[in-house]
Order: sequence, then structure tokens, then C-alpha cells
Amino acid sequence: MEGAKGEGPAGDGAMENSVEHPRQQDHLIRDGDFVVLKREDVFKAVQVQRRKKVTFEKQWFFLDNVIGHSYGTTFEVSSGGNLQPKKMMEEITSETKEAGIDNRNIVDDGKSQKLTQDDIKALKDKGIKGEEIVQQLIENSTTFRDKTEFAQDKYIKKKKKKYEAIITVVKPSTRILSIMYYAREPGKINYMRYDTLAQMLTLGNIHAGNKMIVMETCAGLVLGAVMERMGGFGSIIQMYPGGGPVRAATTCFGFPKSFFNSLYEFPLGKVNCLLNGTFSSKALPPESKDSISVEENNGTLLDDLQTSPKEMEESIVEVIENNHPQQETMEVISQEPEYKEHKERGNKKDYIQELQRKQEQQKKRQIEAATLLNERNADGLIIASRYHPTPLALSLLEFVAPSRPFVVYCHYKEPLVECYTKLRERGGVINLRLSETWLRNYQNYFQPGIHLLSSITTTFGEQGTGKY
Amino acid sequence: MSFVEYEELIKEGDTAIIFLGHGSMFPVQVQRGAQTQTKYGVIRHSAHLIGQPFGSRVTCSKGGWVYVLHPTPELWTLNLPHRTQILYSTDISIITMMLELKPGSIVCESGTGSGSLSHAIIRTVAPTGHLHTVEFHQQRAQKAEEEFREHRVDRWVTVRNQDVCKNGFGVSHVADAVFLDIPSPWEAIGHAKDALKVEGGRLCSFSPCIEQVQRTCQALAEHGFIEVTTLEILLREYSVRTANLPLPDLGGALDPLPVLGETQFKIGVPLKETVGHTGYLTFASKSLF
Repeated sequence: MEGAKGEGPAGDGAMENSVEHPRQQDHLIRDGDFVVLKREDVFKAVQVQRRKKVTFEKQWFFLDNVIGHSYGTTFEVSSGGNLQPKKMMEEITSETKEAGIDNRNIVDDGKSQKLTQDDIKALKDKGIKGEEIVQQLIENSTTFRDKTEFAQDKYIKKKKKKYEAIITVVKPSTRILSIMYYAREPGKINYMRYDTLAQMLTLGNIHAGNKMIVMETCAGLVLGAVMERMGGFGSIIQMYPGGGPVRAATTCFGFPKSFFNSLYEFPLGKVNCLLNGTFSSKALPPESKDSISVEENNGTLLDDLQTSPKEMEESIVEVIENNHPQQETMEVISQEPEYKEHKERGNKKDYIQELQRKQEQQKKRQIEAATLLNERNADGLIIASRYHPTPLALSLLEFVAPSRPFVVYCHYKEPLVECYTKLRERGGVINLRLSETWLRNYQNYFQPGIHLLSSITTTFGEQGTGKY
Repeated sequence: MSFVEYEELIKEGDTAIIFLGHGSMFPVQVQRGAQTQTKYGVIRHSAHLIGQPFGSRVTCSKGGWVYVLHPTPELWTLNLPHRTQILYSTDISIITMMLELKPGSIVCESGTGSGSLSHAIIRTVAPTGHLHTVEFHQQRAQKAEEEFREHRVDRWVTVRNQDVCKNGFGVSHVADAVFLDIPSPWEAIGHAKDALKVEGGRLCSFSPCIEQVQRTCQALAEHGFIEVTTLEILLREYSVRTANLPLPDLGGALDPLPVLGETQFKIGVPLKETVGHTGYLTFASKSLF
């Protein structure tokens, strides 16, 4: 069987934001798509919406013109904030390829560039394209010819960065979003570097058909990564602290609606009653008072709020993440547009009814989640949160089947050492490994170790009988 | 058992992993009537394995016991018979993520080698994706095909015995991702570009030597690939132990309760002093233009 792609989980290939779309068109940007804007190494996640102003890298523009183009197309911002597609040109190199040997005779007197600030401004005002400006700068530099080839490349790169505004529209993926979050808001993801996330997904054997338990406070990035690797097949139960799960990053992936049919959530606050058999959907968690405010938060256009992120490096700080509106780097649209509509229409009765319906639905889903958990046969567990991992691991492992891998991430190594010790004492786990990965980017820098604890479950023997 | 989906009970024909403890394990092919020797005694497949749940403890004839585990590509990587140097899960993890592999992905790989990465790819792209793997060594290609069949993943993989540098991957414009682990990857870049979809795709080349990386990056630039990045990922494992430090006797105690003797605490120490280098990973994207 060669190249058989088969049908996606929805069976009819239906995607979230449009009528049935043949899979061949997956590579075209559509209205409503969640995309990622890229300029050099800077990313920003946005949703494509007509006539909506987007700011990125000190520029503002509308995304209307990207619709219909392929992902990977590069654009330039032109007058009126409209994007124009731009073919990737060959690298600008000096015409004669003349270069010096070294810099012994190059004097840094600040006078080597003959174009003044006003000259450059005049060029920009005339609408001269960025690469033209760079070319002009090279031609008007008295020392360019004397620079070494390396220095010339460095000069060109620097000027391009300043004057050429090339924006690429790329499809969101775990790769792109995890790199973006680590660069822009590492505190929101507990400083989990993208190679660590990669390890978790592989060591955890995350794949289509699994029944996964995910406990994360990484803005929903880990959840999204798990969902991507499961492709809509199988089921996920997301454990959450506080009033509700945070899924801001999950939205950025742009998954089809069908992926969410098998995504459940369950409050941490009810784990103990579930474990000792006293779970009841009637007894609502004390946080239910917050649930209305949480709904409201989810129903707001988050990009209109300017806030500063809370530092999360000290895990002793108690932060209820879903009550903090997201920073402006991610523009996320509400998942419940009906709320806003009702509120705007000022029809309070409809709004209350809608809210009640949602709460009934939530309760029903919670019972379903409890049933799934109670089967105690999950295929895996991922923990990546700001909480101390030990109590989470000890309790959530009860829901996992024997002979299944699980992975625990923590920003610090010491809690993982403790977790390892407690798991050994508990028994029923083998092949416990505490590891650290180092990432070295060439032309960049060494990124030091990030720790991970991974292991495999077994059936229970006598407590603490040495095999681990 | 399935490498692409979990099952609860052990069946005949399954590959199971026997875990002896302290990271010591080996694979077995479960067969009615067969026996496996371990240092704890004999495991009788019919009595101890077939019909038992994966994850069970099995008591062997001499009285000692082992665990029987469900295979995963990660366990397979640690236990497979080496025909070549293999890729380990640390590199496999970052390759999987950076190539954006997921269910439905079509992937081309060369060389197949011992099938370590192949099993991981199949697991990730199933049930709707496919792996096209090319191996120029005839026996290795055959062995790989046999293994995929034994592991019941053959419907997700096509093995081709040819030279990727001369004849490519055998498919054109279908792949979402291409992976190269060959001595001269620069010779296969053109074929990789052809195998990748017209709309674009991802590429990864693994090379132990930086000189190979340089030549590959040059070839990538010549063929119009963009977003070229080279990185290296290193793994360090820790051993968790208890340490003791004696408490000093500072003379006449100021405290009503003198604290003497030793204090105990847990430590995580690296297993090895130096971290091993496997290879450099060069990633790139096929550009539209």
C-alpha cells in the first residue's frame, strides 16, 4: 500500500472554518484560519480575519490579501497596510564580489556611510522597496569593499533586518508554537524548552488512538502538542486546577472542531473523591463561583487587553492562570462567539439560558470524564505544571493502565529527584529515568539542561520490592 | 500487541519486552509452546505469557521474577538487533517534532539501517500516513521488511532496495517530510526535493561530522531550501541516590537538643562525566518558489 492517505477522523474531511474542503487545499490560507506570522526568527500567532488590524514587529497591516495564497508565501507591507506577495529574491551580494582580507585598515569614524538619515527617510517616503534601500546603502558605503566576505554578509544581514520587512505566513505546528512560546513567553510554559517538549511526546509514546491524561499549566501548549500527535484519534482528559482549563495556546493550532469531541476536562479538586469513590457531579467544586467569571474571560476578545505577564519562575507563587488575560503577543479569538452576540444584543434572559445550558453540558462532560478516568486504563500521563510534581504523579498514576509510559516535567531538578524517590517507594513503576537534554544551535549558543522524569507503569507487586 | 496501538493482553505472535530490572531487558517473540531462558529461570510462553496482561509480573522457574512489557518504538530502539549504528530516542524526538510528523504524514527516509527511526516514524504517522524507506544494502532491506511484517506494521511502510543518491525515494511530490542518514547527503538533496510535495515540506539530514553538514547546507542553499538550521541535542542521565554527610561537632551545644551524627538527603548525579555526541541535525524547509 503506497501513499494511502485515508480519511481524517471526521470521516468527511470537514475542517473547522469552512465548508467541506478537499485535502489538496490544506496548503491554502483561508479566512478564519489560525496562522503564525514569521519575520526572521520572530513569530506571532494570529487568526486571519478580514479588515482586522494586526501589529507585528513594529508594523501594522491587514491580513485580507493572504487569503487564497499558499502557506509559506512571503509578503511585504505596502501602503495602506496591505500585504503584497513577494517572491524570495536571491541574497543581495555585492556586484563585484570584491572583498578585503582583514580589517586592519578600516577606521570606524562613523563617516563611511554617505547617505544621511534624511536621505534614507526620503527613499522610504518615495516608496522605494527595502532591498533597494539596502543596495543603496552598500553602494554608498566607502568601507564596504574593504570588508571581509564574512563582514560583508554580516552588514547585509543587519541592514536587511532593519529595512526589509518580509513577513512569511506559516501554518501553526508544535514546532513553531513551542519555539515561539519559549522565545516570547517562557514563564507561561514553565520554561519548558521545545526540545524537552519533543522528548515528552516521544518518550510518552503519544500517538493516534491513545487515551491520554494531560496535566499541564503551559497555556494549553502541551495539550495542543498532544492533540497534534493524536490527530483526532483517541481521547484526552485534561486535568485542571482552579475554575477551568487554559487553552489559549491550543487555539493557536487551529485544529478542526472534531478534534475537540474527544477532549475532556476534569478538575484536580475532585481527584481525591474520584479515587476514594465519593465522586458526585452534584457537589460542585468550590471554584464554581469563579466559573462564571471564567466564562466571561473566555468570551472576551483577549487582544484588546493590555496586561503584563506575571513572572512564573518562582513556583511558590500561587497564580490562577485563567484569571489573567493573555499578553498581547497572542491574538486569540473567543471559542464561544455566541456569548458575545447575546451580550451585545443586551438580551439578558437569553444569555442566562445559554449560560445554564453550557453549565449542564459541562456537568455532563465531567461525568463522562470521571467515567473514563475510573476505568483506570489510560495509555499515558503527561505532567508539566507549576505545581510540585510528586502529589500529581502519585494520584494521577492510579488512572493509568499497566505497561504504559508516563513523563513528568518540572522547571527544577530537585522536585524531580523527590518525585523519583516517592515513585520508587510507591512501587508499580519501572525504568525510572531522570534525564536532562542540552540543545546546541549552530551559529548560536549552548542551551543548558532541562530536566525530565520518565517511566513505565507495571502491575503492583509487594511494596518497594527493589525492581525499578 | 501493536506498535501503533496498545492492546491489553499478550497474544501469540506478539513481540513482548522482558524486563529484568535495572534497565536490563530483551525482546521475545511470543509462541505457543516456546520457552525463554532468563537468569531467573525459564519463562513458558503458553503458561506465563499468552493471555496475560502486558505489565504483569511473571515468576520464572527458579523463583525469580520479571515484568512483561508492551512494546513501544522507544523500547524497541533500546532492544533491537543492531545491523548498523542506530538513532536513539533523544535524536528521534527532536527529529519527529522538527519535521512536524503527525497522523497522516507521508515520510521518506534513507537509509533504513536497523529500523530504529522507522518504527518511531510509523508509530507517529499511523493510521493515515505512510513511510517510504530506502536502503541500499540488500540484506538490511530484507531484514527490515521482515521485521515490519513481524511487528504487523507493514501496511504503513514500503521498503525499497536502491541507492537514494542515484535513484531517489521511488515517489515524487508526495512527501511531507524527508529524512537522510547517509554518508553523502548532499548527493540526495535533489531527490529529496523531488520527493517532497510541491507546496513544500520539511527535510532533516543527520551527519556525525561537521564537514558533512557544511556540504549539505551548501547543497540545500543551491536547491532553494530555506530556514536552514543545524543543531545538536545531547542527553545526560542522572542516577538518584541517597547521600550522607556527617554533621560537625562544634563543641558545647547552644541548642537544648544537640544534633550529631549524619544527615541524609537525596541527590541526582550524572551517570557519566562526559556527554556523547551522536550527530548534527540539519533541518530545512522546501520553499514554494
